[in-house]
Amino acid sequence: MPKATKVRVYVSLKNGVLDPQGRAIHHAIEGLGFSGVQDVRAGRLIELEVDDSVTDAALDEMAARLLANQVIENYRIERVAG
Amino acid sequence: MSSFSSAVITFPGSNCDRDMAVAIGDVCGGTVHRVWHGDATLPDGLDFIALPGGFSYGDYLRSGAMAARSPVMRAVIEAASRGVTVLGVCNGFQVLTEAGLLPGALMRNAGIRFVCRDVALTVANAHSRFTSLYAEGQRITIPVAHHDGNYFADDATLDRLEGEGLVAFRYAEDVNGSSRAIAGVLNAAGNVLGMMPHPERMVEPAHGGSDGRALFTSVLRGLVSA
Repeated sequence: MPKATKVRVYVSLKNGVLDPQGRAIHHAIEGLGFSGVQDVRAGRLIELEVDDSVTDAALDEMAARLLANQVIENYRIERVAG
Repeated sequence: MSSFSSAVITFPGSNCDRDMAVAIGDVCGGTVHRVWHGDATLPDGLDFIALPGGFSYGDYLRSGAMAARSPVMRAVIEAASRGVTVLGVCNGFQVLTEAGLLPGALMRNAGIRFVCRDVALTVANAHSRFTSLYAEGQRITIPVAHHDGNYFADDATLDRLEGEGLVAFRYAEDVNGSSRAIAGVLNAAGNVLGMMPHPERMVEPAHGGSDGRALFTSVLRGLVSA
């Protein structure tokens, strides 16, 4: 197998999109007795192992066409060094 | 119309496909084809395609996201572009939004909980090919059973949907936090409808009501008179 590089795709809800899960998590954090948490937004981290032939453009297309739903979500792609 | 030809798509994890096929067969008659998600083609000459409820692919990634990219959906998108009538119920609605056939997205219910009960709806548009046998503003009762039914679209899209009469059904009570209480939306051409409530579960008195029946009768009548 060719050498693999790790890629992380962070998917997060757009600003202005209500996040019922984040709100429930926030509520649970407060229920544990922690204070000072002002807001919680829940997102998703998707890790890919890709070989060197996979271009940034291809990664962007994967994220845009499948990994994120751009009606409600933004994404950010990060190639992990080493 | 004895030649009425329909298809119900089954994805791995669909669980309302049989109910949908029975409802269409009972109300519309004709031939109801059962089509597997891996099929790349649909039967020729279809009048009506239904995407059923369920939990396709275990709701992995997002509800409907995997199913929307399955081989059969390329054929469904092509059929919809030719004007074939397409109905998506519950998970089917989620699949239609994920496939880009309908605007918006279905998010986790505002109350977090899975909602499974009969709900009151109002018919917001009684001129569509799915609703012509209802009256505008008619109040009907149809069950819902979903976790991700919270309809979201940006304000510009919501304004356009309302302005063009593309909201087919609204919730008449608080159900899941949907923007502008939207329970069902049409595409701009009017041949694709997605809705969270399950009309196929209300087509005969033994179901506890038959308010869903007129949806299927409307589809049938639209094709007869077309």
